Amino acid sequence: MSTPSSESPVTPAPGPETGTARVKRGMAEQLKGGVIMDVVTPEQAKIAEDAGAVAVMALERVPADIRQHGGVARMSDPDMIEGIIEAVSIPVMAKSRIGHFVEAQILQALGVDYIDESEVLTPADEVNHSDKFDFTTPFVCGATNLGEALRRIAEGAAMIRSKGEAGTGNIVEAVRHMRQIKGEIGKLRALDNHELYAAAKELRAPYELVKEVAELGKLPVVLFSAGGVATPADAALMRQLGAEGVFVGSGIFKSGDPAKRAASIVKATTFYDDPKIIADASRGLGEAMVGINCDTLPEGERYASRGW
Amino acid sequence: MSTPKVGVLALQGDVREHFAALSAAGAEVSAVRRPEELADADALVLPGGESTTMSKLAIAFGLMEPLRERVHAGMPAYGSCAGMIMLADKILDPRSGQETVGGIDMIVRRNAFGRQNESFEAPLEVRGVEGGPVEGVFIRAPWVESTGARAEALAVYDGHPVAVRQGRLLATSFHPELTGDHRVHALFVDMVRDALD
Repeated sequence: MSTPSSESPVTPAPGPETGTARVKRGMAEQLKGGVIMDVVTPEQAKIAEDAGAVAVMALERVPADIRQHGGVARMSDPDMIEGIIEAVSIPVMAKSRIGHFVEAQILQALGVDYIDESEVLTPADEVNHSDKFDFTTPFVCGATNLGEALRRIAEGAAMIRSKGEAGTGNIVEAVRHMRQIKGEIGKLRALDNHELYAAAKELRAPYELVKEVAELGKLPVVLFSAGGVATPADAALMRQLGAEGVFVGSGIFKSGDPAKRAASIVKATTFYDDPKIIADASRGLGEAMVGINCDTLPEGERYASRGW
Repeated sequence: MSTPKVGVLALQGDVREHFAALSAAGAEVSAVRRPEELADADALVLPGGESTTMSKLAIAFGLMEPLRERVHAGMPAYGSCAGMIMLADKILDPRSGQETVGGIDMIVRRNAFGRQNESFEAPLEVRGVEGGPVEGVFIRAPWVESTGARAEALAVYDGHPVAVRQGRLLATSFHPELTGDHRVHALFVDMVRDALD
Protein backbone atom coordinates (compact mmCIF):
# COMPACT_ATOMS: atom_id res chain seq x y z
CA MET A 1 0.00 0.00 0.00
CA SER A 2 1.31 3.40 -0.84
CA THR A 3 0.81 6.20 1.58
CA PRO A 4 -1.49 8.95 0.39
CA SER A 5 0.47 12.00 -0.56
CA SER A 6 -0.52 15.47 0.52
CA GLU A 7 0.02 16.70 -3.00
CA SER A 8 -2.87 16.60 -5.41
CA PRO A 9 -2.64 13.87 -8.03
CA VAL A 10 -1.07 14.93 -11.28
CA THR A 11 -2.49 13.59 -14.50
CA PRO A 12 0.28 13.95 -17.03
CA ALA A 13 -0.93 15.64 -20.19
CA PRO A 14 -0.50 13.20 -23.06
CA GLY A 15 2.73 14.45 -24.57
CA PRO A 16 4.81 13.13 -27.41
CA GLU A 17 5.52 9.43 -27.15
CA THR A 18 8.48 7.94 -29.03
CA GLY A 19 9.32 4.33 -29.87
CA THR A 20 5.70 3.13 -30.04
CA ALA A 21 4.80 0.08 -32.10
CA ARG A 22 2.92 2.39 -34.42
CA VAL A 23 5.87 4.65 -35.24
CA LYS A 24 8.20 1.64 -35.53
CA ARG A 25 5.94 -0.38 -37.82
CA GLY A 26 4.69 2.78 -39.50
CA MET A 27 8.24 3.67 -40.52
CA ALA A 28 8.45 0.40 -42.49
CA GLU A 29 5.07 1.14 -44.11
CA GLN A 30 6.68 4.26 -45.60
CA LEU A 31 9.33 2.11 -47.30
CA LYS A 32 6.83 -0.11 -49.13
CA GLY A 33 7.23 -0.47 -52.85
CA GLY A 34 10.83 0.61 -52.52
CA VAL A 35 14.40 -0.67 -52.70
CA ILE A 36 16.84 -0.65 -49.78
CA MET A 37 20.45 -0.80 -50.94
CA ASP A 38 23.65 -1.99 -49.23
CA VAL A 39 26.36 0.68 -49.33
CA VAL A 40 29.88 0.77 -47.90
CA THR A 41 30.87 4.42 -48.50
CA PRO A 42 29.17 7.85 -48.45
CA GLU A 43 29.73 8.01 -52.23
CA GLN A 44 27.81 4.78 -52.76
CA ALA A 45 25.07 6.06 -50.44
CA LYS A 46 24.67 9.15 -52.64
CA ILE A 47 24.51 7.01 -55.78
CA ALA A 48 21.79 4.91 -54.11
CA GLU A 49 19.82 7.99 -53.06
CA ASP A 50 20.10 9.54 -56.52
CA ALA A 51 18.87 6.27 -58.05
CA GLY A 52 15.71 6.44 -55.92
CA ALA A 53 16.51 4.06 -53.04
CA VAL A 54 14.06 4.46 -50.12
CA ALA A 55 16.82 3.70 -47.61
CA VAL A 56 20.41 2.49 -47.46
CA MET A 57 22.01 -0.23 -45.35
CA ALA A 58 25.38 1.02 -44.10
CA LEU A 59 27.95 -1.75 -43.77
CA GLU A 60 31.68 -2.23 -44.03
CA ARG A 61 31.63 -5.04 -46.53
CA VAL A 62 28.82 -6.21 -48.78
CA PRO A 63 27.86 -9.87 -48.23
CA ALA A 64 29.80 -11.02 -51.32
CA ASP A 65 32.99 -9.67 -49.74
CA ILE A 66 32.12 -11.06 -46.31
CA ARG A 67 31.91 -14.45 -48.01
CA GLN A 68 35.25 -13.99 -49.70
CA HIS A 69 37.13 -12.65 -46.66
CA GLY A 70 35.72 -15.08 -44.13
CA GLY A 71 36.43 -14.57 -40.42
CA VAL A 72 34.04 -12.99 -37.93
CA ALA A 73 31.73 -10.37 -39.45
CA ARG A 74 30.72 -7.66 -36.96
CA MET A 75 28.84 -4.37 -36.71
CA SER A 76 30.40 -1.64 -38.87
CA ASP A 77 32.72 1.11 -37.67
CA PRO A 78 30.70 4.00 -36.12
CA ASP A 79 32.71 6.56 -38.13
CA MET A 80 31.73 4.85 -41.33
CA ILE A 81 28.04 4.69 -40.33
CA GLU A 82 28.05 8.36 -39.30
CA GLY A 83 29.68 9.32 -42.60
CA ILE A 84 26.81 7.70 -44.44
CA ILE A 85 24.17 9.26 -42.16
CA GLU A 86 25.65 12.66 -43.00
CA ALA A 87 25.83 11.98 -46.73
CA VAL A 88 22.14 11.26 -47.41
CA SER A 89 18.70 12.38 -46.28
CA ILE A 90 16.94 9.03 -46.79
CA PRO A 91 16.76 6.61 -43.82
CA VAL A 92 19.94 4.75 -42.90
CA MET A 93 19.87 1.19 -41.56
CA ALA A 94 22.76 -0.78 -40.08
CA LYS A 95 23.34 -4.38 -39.03
CA SER A 96 23.97 -5.88 -35.62
CA ARG A 97 24.92 -9.49 -35.02
CA ILE A 98 22.11 -11.80 -33.92
CA GLY A 99 21.77 -11.54 -30.13
CA HIS A 100 24.43 -8.82 -29.85
CA PHE A 101 22.27 -6.26 -28.09
CA VAL A 102 25.25 -4.04 -27.27
CA GLU A 103 25.97 -3.57 -30.96
CA ALA A 104 22.28 -2.67 -31.27
CA GLN A 105 22.61 -0.18 -28.40
CA ILE A 106 25.54 1.44 -30.21
CA LEU A 107 23.58 1.66 -33.46
CA GLN A 108 20.68 3.29 -31.62
CA ALA A 109 23.07 5.78 -30.00
CA LEU A 110 24.48 6.61 -33.46
CA GLY A 111 20.96 7.50 -34.61
CA VAL A 112 20.43 4.90 -37.32
CA ASP A 113 16.80 4.70 -38.43
CA TYR A 114 16.47 0.90 -38.44
CA ILE A 115 18.57 -1.93 -37.02
CA ASP A 116 18.90 -5.14 -39.02
CA GLU A 117 19.59 -8.04 -36.64
CA SER A 118 21.26 -9.92 -39.41
CA GLU A 119 22.37 -13.46 -40.17
CA VAL A 120 24.85 -12.00 -42.68
CA LEU A 121 27.02 -11.12 -39.67
CA THR A 122 28.40 -13.86 -37.44
CA PRO A 123 25.82 -14.65 -34.71
CA ALA A 124 26.83 -13.60 -31.18
CA ASP A 125 24.28 -15.76 -29.35
CA GLU A 126 23.31 -19.24 -30.44
CA VAL A 127 20.09 -19.30 -28.41
CA ASN A 128 18.67 -15.79 -28.07
CA HIS A 129 17.93 -12.91 -30.37
CA SER A 130 17.99 -9.35 -28.95
CA ASP A 131 14.97 -8.10 -26.99
CA LYS A 132 13.83 -5.55 -29.51
CA PHE A 133 11.19 -3.99 -27.23
CA ASP A 134 14.12 -2.53 -25.27
CA PHE A 135 14.86 -0.10 -28.09
CA THR A 136 13.38 3.10 -29.52
CA THR A 137 14.98 2.28 -32.86
CA PRO A 138 12.91 -0.26 -34.81
CA PHE A 139 14.31 -3.62 -35.93
CA VAL A 140 14.07 -5.62 -39.13
CA CYS A 141 14.82 -9.35 -38.94
CA GLY A 142 15.15 -12.16 -41.44
CA ALA A 143 12.95 -15.25 -41.66
CA THR A 144 12.89 -18.43 -43.70
CA ASN A 145 9.35 -19.40 -42.66
CA LEU A 146 6.25 -18.07 -40.92
CA GLY A 147 7.12 -19.42 -37.48
CA GLU A 148 10.50 -17.72 -37.55
CA ALA A 149 8.91 -14.45 -38.71
CA LEU A 150 6.35 -14.54 -35.88
CA ARG A 151 8.99 -15.36 -33.25
CA ARG A 152 10.92 -12.28 -34.35
CA ILE A 153 7.75 -10.14 -34.24
CA ALA A 154 7.05 -11.52 -30.74
CA GLU A 155 10.53 -10.26 -29.75
CA GLY A 156 9.61 -6.79 -31.08
CA ALA A 157 10.69 -6.80 -34.74
CA ALA A 158 8.77 -4.07 -36.61
CA MET A 159 9.59 -5.36 -40.10
CA ILE A 160 10.44 -8.75 -41.59
CA ARG A 161 12.53 -9.64 -44.61
CA SER A 162 12.45 -13.08 -46.07
CA LYS A 163 15.99 -14.47 -46.05
CA GLY A 164 17.80 -15.26 -49.23
CA GLU A 165 21.36 -16.41 -49.59
CA ALA A 166 23.05 -13.01 -49.34
CA GLY A 167 26.12 -12.34 -51.42
CA THR A 168 25.47 -15.03 -54.02
CA GLY A 169 23.54 -13.12 -56.67
CA ASN A 170 21.31 -16.20 -56.76
CA ILE A 171 17.58 -15.63 -56.22
CA VAL A 172 16.66 -19.26 -55.55
CA GLU A 173 16.75 -19.10 -51.74
CA ALA A 174 14.78 -15.82 -51.61
CA VAL A 175 12.09 -17.43 -53.74
CA ARG A 176 12.00 -20.54 -51.56
CA HIS A 177 11.57 -18.57 -48.34
CA MET A 178 9.03 -16.10 -49.71
CA ARG A 179 6.95 -18.97 -51.08
CA GLN A 180 7.27 -20.75 -47.74
CA ILE A 181 6.04 -17.73 -45.75
CA LYS A 182 3.20 -16.88 -48.14
CA GLY A 183 2.19 -20.53 -48.37
CA GLU A 184 2.01 -20.93 -44.61
CA ILE A 185 -0.07 -17.75 -44.32
CA GLY A 186 -2.44 -19.15 -46.95
CA LYS A 187 -2.81 -22.38 -44.97
CA LEU A 188 -3.63 -20.47 -41.76
CA ARG A 189 -6.41 -18.64 -43.59
CA ALA A 190 -8.15 -21.96 -44.18
CA LEU A 191 -8.11 -23.08 -40.54
CA ASP A 192 -10.99 -22.60 -38.11
CA ASN A 193 -10.54 -21.19 -34.60
CA HIS A 194 -10.11 -24.61 -33.00
CA GLU A 195 -7.27 -25.49 -35.31
CA LEU A 196 -5.33 -22.26 -34.74
CA TYR A 197 -4.13 -23.40 -31.29
CA ALA A 198 -2.48 -26.48 -32.74
CA ALA A 199 -1.13 -24.40 -35.62
CA ALA A 200 0.50 -22.00 -33.15
CA LYS A 201 2.12 -24.93 -31.38
CA GLU A 202 3.38 -26.31 -34.66
CA LEU A 203 4.71 -22.91 -35.78
CA ARG A 204 6.30 -22.40 -32.33
CA ALA A 205 4.77 -18.91 -32.31
CA PRO A 206 2.43 -17.03 -29.93
CA TYR A 207 -1.24 -17.89 -30.48
CA GLU A 208 -2.29 -14.20 -30.61
CA LEU A 209 0.06 -13.50 -33.51
CA VAL A 210 -1.02 -16.66 -35.34
CA LYS A 211 -4.66 -15.62 -34.97
CA GLU A 212 -3.87 -12.11 -36.19
CA VAL A 213 -2.14 -13.46 -39.31
CA ALA A 214 -5.07 -15.82 -39.99
CA GLU A 215 -7.46 -12.86 -39.84
CA LEU A 216 -5.33 -10.36 -41.79
CA GLY A 217 -4.07 -12.82 -44.39
CA LYS A 218 -0.67 -11.16 -44.03
CA LEU A 219 1.98 -10.48 -41.42
CA PRO A 220 1.10 -7.68 -38.97
CA VAL A 221 4.29 -5.91 -40.12
CA VAL A 222 5.78 -5.08 -43.52
CA LEU A 223 7.39 -8.00 -45.40
CA PHE A 224 10.34 -7.34 -47.71
CA SER A 225 12.57 -9.78 -49.56
CA ALA A 226 16.35 -9.92 -49.20
CA GLY A 227 19.29 -11.89 -50.43
CA GLY A 228 20.24 -12.74 -54.00
CA VAL A 229 18.56 -9.94 -55.96
CA ALA A 230 20.89 -9.05 -58.86
CA THR A 231 18.63 -7.86 -61.71
CA PRO A 232 15.47 -5.77 -62.23
CA ALA A 233 13.67 -9.02 -63.08
CA ASP A 234 14.74 -10.55 -59.74
CA ALA A 235 13.27 -7.57 -57.88
CA ALA A 236 9.99 -7.75 -59.83
CA LEU A 237 9.83 -11.52 -59.26
CA MET A 238 10.02 -11.06 -55.50
CA ARG A 239 7.33 -8.35 -55.64
CA GLN A 240 5.05 -10.61 -57.69
CA LEU A 241 5.61 -13.37 -55.15
CA GLY A 242 4.33 -11.05 -52.41
CA ALA A 243 7.28 -9.01 -51.13
CA GLU A 244 6.27 -5.42 -50.35
CA GLY A 245 9.74 -4.21 -51.31
CA VAL A 246 13.29 -5.51 -51.72
CA PHE A 247 16.69 -5.27 -50.14
CA VAL A 248 19.56 -5.38 -52.62
CA GLY A 249 22.95 -6.16 -51.19
CA SER A 250 25.94 -7.01 -53.33
CA GLY A 251 23.88 -6.98 -56.55
CA ILE A 252 24.31 -3.26 -57.24
CA PHE A 253 27.83 -2.26 -56.28
CA LYS A 254 29.32 -5.57 -57.43
CA SER A 255 27.97 -4.96 -60.94
CA GLY A 256 29.42 -3.13 -63.94
CA ASP A 257 27.34 0.08 -63.82
CA PRO A 258 25.97 0.54 -60.27
CA ALA A 259 24.11 3.86 -60.81
CA LYS A 260 22.23 2.56 -63.82
CA ARG A 261 21.50 -0.85 -62.30
CA ALA A 262 20.27 0.78 -59.08
CA ALA A 263 17.84 3.07 -60.94
CA SER A 264 16.63 0.14 -63.05
CA ILE A 265 15.94 -2.05 -60.03
CA VAL A 266 13.97 0.84 -58.47
CA LYS A 267 11.83 1.14 -61.61
CA ALA A 268 11.23 -2.60 -61.83
CA THR A 269 10.21 -2.68 -58.16
CA THR A 270 7.56 0.02 -58.66
CA PHE A 271 6.26 -1.40 -61.97
CA TYR A 272 6.76 -5.02 -60.93
CA ASP A 273 3.62 -6.10 -62.79
CA ASP A 274 4.43 -4.37 -66.10
CA PRO A 275 6.76 -6.57 -68.22
CA LYS A 276 7.30 -3.83 -70.83
CA ILE A 277 8.71 -1.44 -68.24
CA ILE A 278 10.80 -4.22 -66.67
CA ALA A 279 12.14 -5.08 -70.14
CA ASP A 280 13.17 -1.46 -70.70
CA ALA A 281 14.72 -1.31 -67.26
CA SER A 282 16.73 -4.44 -68.06
CA ARG A 283 18.43 -3.05 -71.19
CA GLY A 284 22.10 -2.15 -71.37
CA LEU A 285 22.98 -2.64 -67.73
CA GLY A 286 26.41 -4.13 -68.31
CA GLU A 287 27.76 -7.00 -66.29
CA ALA A 288 25.63 -8.36 -63.45
CA MET A 289 27.49 -9.55 -60.39
CA VAL A 290 29.01 -12.98 -60.79
CA GLY A 291 26.72 -15.41 -59.06
CA ILE A 292 27.37 -18.37 -56.79
CA ASN A 293 25.47 -21.60 -57.12
CA CYS A 294 23.84 -22.14 -53.72
CA ASP A 295 24.01 -25.95 -54.05
CA THR A 296 27.79 -25.79 -53.93
CA LEU A 297 27.89 -23.74 -50.72
CA PRO A 298 29.13 -25.74 -47.74
CA GLU A 299 26.66 -25.82 -44.82
CA GLY A 300 28.84 -23.50 -42.68
CA GLU A 301 28.71 -20.80 -45.36
CA ARG A 302 24.93 -20.69 -45.61
CA TYR A 303 23.69 -17.53 -43.92
CA ALA A 304 19.96 -18.28 -44.19
CA SER A 305 20.23 -21.13 -41.70
CA ARG A 306 21.59 -18.76 -39.04
CA GLY A 307 18.84 -17.65 -36.63
CA TRP A 308 15.97 -19.86 -35.52
CA MET B 1 -24.60 11.45 -52.58
CA SER B 2 -22.09 10.91 -55.38
CA THR B 3 -19.10 8.61 -54.90
CA PRO B 4 -15.97 10.52 -55.82
CA LYS B 5 -13.16 8.68 -57.58
CA VAL B 6 -9.98 9.28 -55.64
CA GLY B 7 -6.63 8.06 -56.95
CA VAL B 8 -3.68 7.27 -54.71
CA LEU B 9 -0.23 7.97 -56.14
CA ALA B 10 1.19 4.45 -55.99
CA LEU B 11 4.84 4.89 -56.96
CA GLN B 12 5.98 4.01 -53.44
CA GLY B 13 4.88 4.38 -49.81
CA ASP B 14 1.92 3.57 -47.57
CA VAL B 15 -0.57 3.29 -50.42
CA ARG B 16 -2.62 0.44 -48.92
CA GLU B 17 -3.37 2.41 -45.74
CA HIS B 18 -4.70 5.36 -47.75
CA PHE B 19 -6.83 2.97 -49.82
CA ALA B 20 -8.45 1.63 -46.65
CA ALA B 21 -9.01 5.08 -45.11
CA LEU B 22 -10.48 6.55 -48.33
CA SER B 23 -12.80 3.56 -48.83
CA ALA B 24 -14.01 3.95 -45.25
CA ALA B 25 -14.62 7.65 -45.95
CA GLY B 26 -16.87 6.75 -48.89
CA ALA B 27 -14.60 7.19 -51.92
CA GLU B 28 -14.00 4.87 -54.85
CA VAL B 29 -10.24 4.35 -54.79
CA SER B 30 -7.74 3.49 -57.53
CA ALA B 31 -3.97 3.31 -57.88
CA VAL B 32 -2.20 5.96 -59.97
CA ARG B 33 1.19 5.12 -61.48
CA ARG B 34 0.61 6.30 -65.06
CA PRO B 35 -0.70 9.52 -66.68
CA GLU B 36 -3.84 7.76 -67.99
CA GLU B 37 -4.68 6.51 -64.50
CA LEU B 38 -4.36 10.07 -63.22
CA ALA B 39 -6.75 11.27 -65.93
CA ASP B 40 -9.42 8.88 -64.62
CA ALA B 41 -9.34 10.23 -61.06
CA ASP B 42 -11.42 13.14 -59.70
CA ALA B 43 -8.88 13.75 -56.95
CA LEU B 44 -5.53 12.45 -55.74
CA VAL B 45 -3.88 11.41 -52.50
CA LEU B 46 -0.09 11.57 -52.30
CA PRO B 47 0.88 9.03 -49.64
CA GLY B 48 3.62 8.89 -47.07
CA GLY B 49 6.92 7.44 -48.24
CA GLU B 50 10.26 8.79 -49.35
CA SER B 51 9.76 12.14 -51.07
CA THR B 52 13.03 11.88 -53.01
CA THR B 53 12.07 8.46 -54.43
CA MET B 54 8.56 9.61 -55.30
CA SER B 55 9.87 12.71 -57.03
CA LYS B 56 12.43 10.77 -59.10
CA LEU B 57 9.92 8.11 -60.16
CA ALA B 58 7.30 10.74 -61.05
CA ILE B 59 9.83 12.47 -63.31
CA ALA B 60 11.16 9.22 -64.83
CA PHE B 61 7.68 8.01 -65.78
CA GLY B 62 6.33 11.30 -67.12
CA LEU B 63 3.90 11.92 -64.27
CA MET B 64 5.31 15.14 -62.86
CA GLU B 65 3.97 17.48 -65.57
CA PRO B 66 0.47 15.90 -65.69
CA LEU B 67 0.35 16.11 -61.88
CA ARG B 68 1.23 19.80 -61.97
CA GLU B 69 -1.32 20.47 -64.69
CA ARG B 70 -4.14 18.72 -62.81
CA VAL B 71 -3.34 20.40 -59.49
CA HIS B 72 -3.05 23.76 -61.25
CA ALA B 73 -6.42 23.16 -62.93
CA GLY B 74 -8.09 22.67 -59.55
CA MET B 75 -7.99 18.92 -58.88
CA PRO B 76 -8.39 18.32 -55.12
CA ALA B 77 -5.33 16.68 -53.59
CA TYR B 78 -4.24 15.57 -50.15
CA GLY B 79 -0.68 14.69 -49.16
CA SER B 80 0.56 13.15 -45.91
CA CYS B 81 4.21 13.42 -44.86
CA ALA B 82 6.13 12.85 -48.12
CA GLY B 83 2.88 13.84 -49.85
CA MET B 84 2.94 17.14 -47.98
CA ILE B 85 6.44 17.75 -49.32
CA MET B 86 5.24 16.94 -52.85
CA LEU B 87 2.42 19.54 -52.57
CA ALA B 88 4.70 22.29 -51.25
CA ASP B 89 5.71 25.08 -53.60
CA LYS B 90 9.16 25.02 -52.04
CA ILE B 91 11.42 22.70 -50.05
CA LEU B 92 13.90 24.39 -47.75
CA ASP B 93 16.55 21.69 -48.20
CA PRO B 94 15.85 19.72 -51.39
CA ARG B 95 18.14 16.90 -52.52
CA SER B 96 19.75 17.36 -55.90
CA GLY B 97 17.16 16.87 -58.61
CA GLN B 98 14.25 16.72 -56.17
CA GLU B 99 11.20 18.47 -57.58
CA THR B 100 7.72 18.94 -56.18
CA VAL B 101 4.27 19.06 -57.73
CA GLY B 102 3.59 22.21 -55.73
CA GLY B 103 0.26 23.94 -55.34
CA ILE B 104 0.34 24.99 -51.69
CA ASP B 105 2.04 28.30 -51.03
CA MET B 106 4.35 27.06 -48.29
CA ILE B 107 7.96 26.19 -47.55
CA VAL B 108 8.55 22.81 -45.88
CA ARG B 109 11.54 21.47 -44.02
CA ARG B 110 12.17 17.77 -44.57
CA ASN B 111 12.74 15.47 -41.56
CA ALA B 112 12.29 18.57 -39.41
CA PHE B 113 11.18 16.65 -36.32
CA GLY B 114 14.31 14.49 -36.48
CA ARG B 115 15.32 10.95 -37.38
CA GLN B 116 13.41 7.75 -36.59
CA ASN B 117 14.40 7.77 -32.90
CA GLU B 118 12.57 11.11 -32.59
CA SER B 119 9.46 9.88 -34.42
CA PHE B 120 6.49 10.27 -32.09
CA GLU B 121 2.77 10.20 -31.45
CA ALA B 122 0.86 13.07 -29.91
CA PRO B 123 -2.81 14.12 -29.81
CA LEU B 124 -3.53 16.99 -32.12
CA GLU B 125 -6.44 19.40 -32.58
CA VAL B 126 -7.16 19.90 -36.28
CA ARG B 127 -9.46 22.72 -37.40
CA GLY B 128 -12.33 21.31 -39.43
CA VAL B 129 -12.13 17.89 -37.75
CA GLU B 130 -14.86 17.56 -35.12
CA GLY B 131 -14.98 15.16 -32.19
CA GLY B 132 -11.76 15.76 -30.27
CA PRO B 133 -8.08 15.54 -31.15
CA VAL B 134 -6.74 13.16 -33.80
CA GLU B 135 -3.84 10.84 -33.03
CA GLY B 136 -0.89 12.52 -34.69
CA VAL B 137 1.65 9.93 -35.88
CA PHE B 138 4.83 11.73 -36.95
CA ILE B 139 7.50 9.61 -38.69
CA ARG B 140 10.68 11.42 -39.70
CA ALA B 141 8.13 14.11 -40.37
CA PRO B 142 8.46 17.45 -42.13
CA TRP B 143 7.05 20.66 -40.74
CA VAL B 144 5.92 23.83 -42.45
CA GLU B 145 8.51 26.53 -42.13
CA SER B 146 6.28 29.31 -43.45
CA THR B 147 3.05 29.75 -45.37
CA GLY B 148 1.90 32.36 -47.85
CA ALA B 149 -1.29 34.37 -47.45
CA ARG B 150 -3.49 31.86 -49.28
CA ALA B 151 -2.53 28.83 -47.15
CA GLU B 152 -4.28 28.27 -43.83
CA ALA B 153 -2.70 26.31 -40.97
CA LEU B 154 -5.25 23.82 -39.61
CA ALA B 155 -3.01 22.39 -36.90
CA VAL B 156 0.13 23.55 -35.15
CA TYR B 157 2.54 21.45 -33.12
CA ASP B 158 5.48 22.84 -31.18
CA GLY B 159 5.09 26.17 -32.91
CA HIS B 160 5.08 24.78 -36.45
CA PRO B 161 2.12 24.25 -38.79
CA VAL B 162 1.64 20.50 -39.35
CA ALA B 163 -1.66 20.60 -41.27
CA VAL B 164 -2.32 23.13 -44.01
CA ARG B 165 -5.19 23.80 -46.39
CA GLN B 166 -5.23 25.99 -49.43
CA GLY B 167 -8.48 25.82 -51.37
CA ARG B 168 -8.85 22.25 -52.61
CA LEU B 169 -5.43 21.18 -51.41
CA LEU B 170 -4.75 19.62 -48.02
CA ALA B 171 -1.47 18.48 -46.46
CA THR B 172 -0.47 16.96 -43.12
CA SER B 173 2.97 16.26 -41.61
CA PHE B 174 1.43 13.29 -39.80
CA HIS B 175 -0.13 10.00 -40.95
CA PRO B 176 -3.87 9.69 -40.19
CA GLU B 177 -3.85 6.66 -42.53
CA LEU B 178 -1.92 4.68 -39.89
CA THR B 179 -4.45 5.24 -37.09
CA GLY B 180 -7.77 3.73 -38.14
CA ASP B 181 -9.35 7.19 -37.48
CA HIS B 182 -10.72 8.28 -40.85
CA ARG B 183 -11.85 11.82 -39.97
CA VAL B 184 -9.06 13.59 -41.88
CA HIS B 185 -9.79 11.46 -44.94
CA ALA B 186 -13.51 12.22 -44.49
CA LEU B 187 -12.64 15.93 -44.48
CA PHE B 188 -10.76 15.46 -47.75
CA VAL B 189 -13.53 13.40 -49.37
CA ASP B 190 -15.95 16.21 -48.42
CA MET B 191 -13.61 18.68 -50.12
CA VAL B 192 -13.66 16.47 -53.23
CA ARG B 193 -17.48 16.31 -53.18
CA ASP B 194 -17.70 20.10 -52.88
CA ALA B 195 -15.35 20.48 -55.82
CA LEU B 196 -17.40 18.10 -57.97
CA ASP B 197 -20.72 19.80 -57.22
